[in-house]
Amino acid sequence: MRIKNRITGLLFIGTTAFSAFLIIAVIILLLVIIIIGGKETFSWKFLTSFPEDGMMKGGIFPAIYGTALLVVMMSIAAVPFGTITAIYLTEYASETSFLAQTIRFAVRTLATVPSIIFGLFGLGFFIKFVGGGMDNVFLGGQLKWGQPNILWASLTMSLLTLPVVIVSVEEAIRAVPREMREASLALGGTKWETIRRIVIPGSRSGIMTGTILAVSRGAGEVAPILFTGAAYYLATLPTSLSDQFMNLGYHIYIMSTQSANVDQTLPIQFATTLVLLMLTFMLNLTAVVIRSRLRRKAK
Amino acid sequence: MDSSIENTGFVFSKESLRKKFRWSEFLSEKIITGVAFLSITIIILIFFFVFRETLPIFKQKKETVTIESVQKQEQYGGAETSEQTNASGQEQYGVISKDTMMIENRVMTEDTVVHGSDEATVKSLMGKEWLPVSDRPRYGLIPLLVGTMKITLLAILFAAPIAILAALFSAAFATHWMREIIKPAIELLAGFPSVVIGFFALMVMASFFQNIFGYDIRLNAFVGGMAMALAAIPIIFTITEDALTAVPHSYTEASLALGASRWQTALFVTLPAATPGIFAAILLGIGRIFGETMIALMATGNAAMISANPFESVRTLAATIGAEMAEVVFGDTHYSVLFLIGSLLFVFTFCLNALAEFYVKGRLVKRFQGK
Amino acid sequence: MKQTKIQIRDLTLFYGEKMALNSISMDISEKEVTAFIGPSGCGKSTFLRTLNRMNDLIPHVKITGEVLVDSVYIYDKQIDVVNLRKKVGMVFQKSNPFTKSIYENVAYGPRINGLNNRKKLDEIVETSLQKAFIWEEVKDRLHDSAMGLSGGQQQRMCIARALAVNPEIILMDEPASALDPISTAKIEELIFELKKNYTIVIVTHNMQQAARVSDITAFFYLGELIEHGKTKKIFTTPDKKQTEDYITGRFG
Repeated sequence: MRIKNRITGLLFIGTTAFSAFLIIAVIILLLVIIIIGGKETFSWKFLTSFPEDGMMKGGIFPAIYGTALLVVMMSIAAVPFGTITAIYLTEYASETSFLAQTIRFAVRTLATVPSIIFGLFGLGFFIKFVGGGMDNVFLGGQLKWGQPNILWASLTMSLLTLPVVIVSVEEAIRAVPREMREASLALGGTKWETIRRIVIPGSRSGIMTGTILAVSRGAGEVAPILFTGAAYYLATLPTSLSDQFMNLGYHIYIMSTQSANVDQTLPIQFATTLVLLMLTFMLNLTAVVIRSRLRRKAK
Repeated sequence: MDSSIENTGFVFSKESLRKKFRWSEFLSEKIITGVAFLSITIIILIFFFVFRETLPIFKQKKETVTIESVQKQEQYGGAETSEQTNASGQEQYGVISKDTMMIENRVMTEDTVVHGSDEATVKSLMGKEWLPVSDRPRYGLIPLLVGTMKITLLAILFAAPIAILAALFSAAFATHWMREIIKPAIELLAGFPSVVIGFFALMVMASFFQNIFGYDIRLNAFVGGMAMALAAIPIIFTITEDALTAVPHSYTEASLALGASRWQTALFVTLPAATPGIFAAILLGIGRIFGETMIALMATGNAAMISANPFESVRTLAATIGAEMAEVVFGDTHYSVLFLIGSLLFVFTFCLNALAEFYVKGRLVKRFQGK
Repeated sequence: MKQTKIQIRDLTLFYGEKMALNSISMDISEKEVTAFIGPSGCGKSTFLRTLNRMNDLIPHVKITGEVLVDSVYIYDKQIDVVNLRKKVGMVFQKSNPFTKSIYENVAYGPRINGLNNRKKLDEIVETSLQKAFIWEEVKDRLHDSAMGLSGGQQQRMCIARALAVNPEIILMDEPASALDPISTAKIEELIFELKKNYTIVIVTHNMQQAARVSDITAFFYLGELIEHGKTKKIFTTPDKKQTEDYITGRFG
């Protein structure tokens, strides 16, 4: 009886262990295959040159540039907005006020909305309503702003990443010790002065974490930009807000599903995927490191 | 005394202590509150707007029929959305073009009406065919719902047990260094952009499974489901692990003190105690799968059909939006139906999340209080 | 005869439903040290914090009665709390330096008063650190982080920081309770020197410290002021039995 128990136990533990290592194995497999598939093509030249031959050869620089530009613009919108909202929630709002609870609820809900919905909103609101409206009012109906472009795409993305920023910054602000705020107030500091001189500098790492996590998501998400501004082949880099842009994730999607000669472009596809993976990995790692240092400081 | 900031001879007086109006305080508070208010306004705007765009479905519009026919004539080239195509594609919206198009197609209009309305009434949405771009557009959502459910079911069938067992291993049996490998690995997986998982599924998993099972159609519900499982596993794992470690030590200690072995304790005490959390984890995993677009676009075959065979292609709700939104005309029926699908997705994931949250908070607390 | 600096009349404080201070009345004279003693949780710190309205920061606090500083009702609606706190400074139980340099810590107060002139700030920082008996130890590392100082040094720096805004009254909430005996002695020496120019109110649960350092002592128990008078008298021939019991260590 005891032996039977023993065996059952070992089997059970074995099954759980197997599950865990199965997951790890698949992850490693994925990484290995991507690396193998892409390492031949991956090179400095690949990263810095333009595509040639109708995407059959060449590099992916415009995709990298477009992705970078997208996340920079997205951050300019999302980080200040999210930070200020987080400041409001922690410093100005009473825990039970209606506005505070509504904002918290809305932020939580926003975090769970599927990313494609943001794309819908971007199309219907930013492009058609705002952009179309701008065209009607300023350009007499001529079509310029009522189209997909990098401006609308980055605004769409900023909505997607807003919850991430708010949550990270809130965590960091709460980590600033109460005693420091009291010290400032006891010296005759006003609320705003305390926030400006003590709280915000003290939550710098949280703001950084939030920004990096937002950037990481913004670089990897494709669904919201499918129809708000991403393009597959552009002859030139975007130079104005009304231009479209290329994007790493979008590039992978189109190339792997719709390119004319999938076999020939396969190495480029793998290499591009590798680039995207490396990018998100480095970003996430940086954020995790900063965050764990923040948590250790708070203890 | 010394060179001090205030004038010496400062005296405590009502005057000197009188309430001072500070501009910076006033402004900073107003601006910060204003920005927060703006945040919430925008968020509410999103919800409102998505629902608003579905309204035309429930009204009758003659114009939509006209423009619909215009749409038919233009064949958009697949993915070559170069700037040129875009410009000419968009020119439709210009004032002049519209008129010309409408004249050309008045004949078609009558035709369409005779053959049956293409308006997506509530009834037609229940139809079994999804053919939005055809002579007689049909907007039956059933194939899309079936497709989404097939994928979700397949994904959860694989993701949930594996993730839960793995979480149990990590929480109850793994040594410290094992956990130091498992947890970062899961976080790594969580950080993979879904387009990467979709790519992996399209290139590697599809062929792999085809070799094993020997079916004909390379991209199908099964492959899509497996890929979705990869996306759902981190969520289910993390929340399950949290739930397992949250089980009070007193429970496990009591069990061990009664002579149960570690595995018996884990299986018969810890796991059941964490059931609400595990339930919530699965719900959230389902929510993620439901809304996932890229993997669906790349790995499921994108065919809107109804079938019970897991090795046939499917089309999910989210993928439909992703695939067709770029080529739809602003304001027409197809557009509204896509927004309807978006609203459905939104409401569904919202309910799932609310349920998960409510369930975890309510039940979990009550359980540990012995109710 | 010393002038009265602070007058408290029938001060009662509620944390929600719970009464923390019960009808306290006393006078505090200028340029001397008044010590509040009593067992833990009897309201001494709460009372101290009413003198610079730091209790305003806590929700659900209700205060009745009057507190006057230089005959000004400080709980009047017209009063600017921010300015009040510049006049009534506070040093906390656990030193709470900002994560800035020593210089910037001490210069914080003057800076938020709008003083940005480098030379003036240098002067004030040096003077304040000197008054706090810590100048010699830090003069060569003013721009190092304040977090690198020892506990005792940090607390003296916090005192310097409070002095830099030129207060008239300094409230000290158990300033040496977290420190070793040598640092404690330094702080007591400091208090002795400071009282020549500032009115000092100190909360301490260390009776011997109160006896050493203060001119007037007030004994609190369960939110009530039991007895208050010259330190010498309180510690040798107290009027109330409760006071005597506490002093002699019958309870604590």
